[in-house]
Amino acid sequence: MIDLNTLNLRARQLRYRIIETSHRTGTPHLGSCLSCTDLLSVLYFDFLRLDPSQPAASGRDRFILSKGHAAPALFQVLAMRGFYDDSRLSDYGQNGSIFAEHPPSPACLPGIEAATGSLGHGLPIGLGMALAARIQALPYRVVVLVGDGECNEGSVWEAALLAAAQRASNLCVIVDFNKWQATGRSQTIMAMDPLVDKWAAFGWNAMEVDGHDHAAIKDALNCFAGTTDRPTAIVAHTVKGSGVSFMQDDNNWHYRIPSEEEVRRARAELRIEA
Amino acid sequence: MRNAFAKEVTRLASADERVVLLSGDIGNNLFEGVKKVGSRHFLNCGIAEANMIGVAAGMAMSGLRPIVYTIAPFTTTRCFEQIRVDLCYHEAPVIIVGTGAGLSYAELGPTHHSLEDLAILRTLPNMTVFAPCDIGEMVGCMRAALAHDGPSYIRIGKKGEPDIHPGEVDLVIGKAIEVQEGHDVALLVSGTIMPVALAVSAILKEQGLSVAVTSFPTVKPLDTDYLEQTASGFRLLVTIEEHGRIGGLGGAVSEWRAGIRNAPPVLLCGTRDEFLHVIGDQDYARSLYMLSADKIAATILEKLG
Repeated sequence: MIDLNTLNLRARQLRYRIIETSHRTGTPHLGSCLSCTDLLSVLYFDFLRLDPSQPAASGRDRFILSKGHAAPALFQVLAMRGFYDDSRLSDYGQNGSIFAEHPPSPACLPGIEAATGSLGHGLPIGLGMALAARIQALPYRVVVLVGDGECNEGSVWEAALLAAAQRASNLCVIVDFNKWQATGRSQTIMAMDPLVDKWAAFGWNAMEVDGHDHAAIKDALNCFAGTTDRPTAIVAHTVKGSGVSFMQDDNNWHYRIPSEEEVRRARAELRIEA
Repeated sequence: MRNAFAKEVTRLASADERVVLLSGDIGNNLFEGVKKVGSRHFLNCGIAEANMIGVAAGMAMSGLRPIVYTIAPFTTTRCFEQIRVDLCYHEAPVIIVGTGAGLSYAELGPTHHSLEDLAILRTLPNMTVFAPCDIGEMVGCMRAALAHDGPSYIRIGKKGEPDIHPGEVDLVIGKAIEVQEGHDVALLVSGTIMPVALAVSAILKEQGLSVAVTSFPTVKPLDTDYLEQTASGFRLLVTIEEHGRIGGLGGAVSEWRAGIRNAPPVLLCGTRDEFLHVIGDQDYARSLYMLSADKIAATILEKLG
């Protein structure tokens, strides 16, 4: 367990690392990374039962970043959590590095559970892992983070149906519901609303939270941990580019790279000391 | 072959607690034996093949050995990207089984034909591709695939395929099996069209030719050692498969030949590049695609001149 002040600090540190790396390496998808930073912070610093010294332990909780384009956030949080040393990130984005825009195959980097980047793959894989836990009588839990744009993919809903039929209560999907996808508002492109009702109608223990409120995220995850008859869906209302005033809810930051001056301003807003 | 497959899965599940059969909502009553071994060994994934492949990947990455089963096009072309990313990129040890090889489901029309599966799966890194010709080879493929630490695809027939090999087949991944010796023409055959190839051989023998028949239960990796050592002495190599002429066994042998000096010519016998627009039974459909024994033999004799 971790107190909320420390969690807040970790989330701000994580935001800054993501922004600084984007500037230094030219890596895009900053808005998508910042919208799930608080979710990742609560998961990795509070909820997931992980031992970075034993990344392949059979009983570990599994986390799959199904919206793989937020890998820049995952790479940083795994380093902060101790899965590898910060020095491993030194060649980020260079030729020959494994750190780029999407998570590599698990064989390439400790802490990665699935190579994602093609959307709609993480939830089926996570369901397979959750069912394997039941078959092998292992107590681990599986959390899959998907984007709201990703919910356009039919495979997400195929997995939702099978998970409900199998009562896979050790499976949790978190939707990073920032209301944007690559080229516009999610609702106008694929009519995703009412999203939480869809998950409920599919037979999931569905709830909505403020995806930037650490205490609320913790409560939702604890509700998942206590649910024994259904899979859980946490629809997290988030803001793309959250935490930096000039990036918030501006979809240009899906692809834009921050300048040196913008990194400096973000650093001041995030209260990161030099 | 389907019933023998179900029996073999039951045997494998009895012997290995990691085995789980995932069905795409087909095979009603076919898998009662597996279910009796224990509920942990069977999961009906519904009519949702993309998800089924992902679920199998997640299971394999968690220590299980899933076998995914449905009709060939639905477990290959339908969910190709899941196979590519979830299975091949992750090197997940999942066995994909497609029933209804080639034109086994001729009567059901082109939606159920499987004439592209070997080609597309052969393009994927880490994928092993099997096309057994009879029950003995199918059982051998299943056992080899289960012992193999990566994804594989086995295309199986429907029912009534005759036994080609006497008794059990010692199947080694990437090794061809000689069915009949000869020295003029070599028939290189993958899959359940083998009886047709043997009938072709009989016709050619009547014309005074010495015909070798070799089974290639593994299409990928191709047994290039066999081709280099044995087949280079023939006047003509003929690939026979119930699959398109693009990218299957014929494609693989042609790719091999492109890098070989003084190799004999290769004649590809497979389906031409078009869909069938009439229905009929499997033999009728084969005939329309020039894959009946008399038509293949005529094509070979014409080629030999």
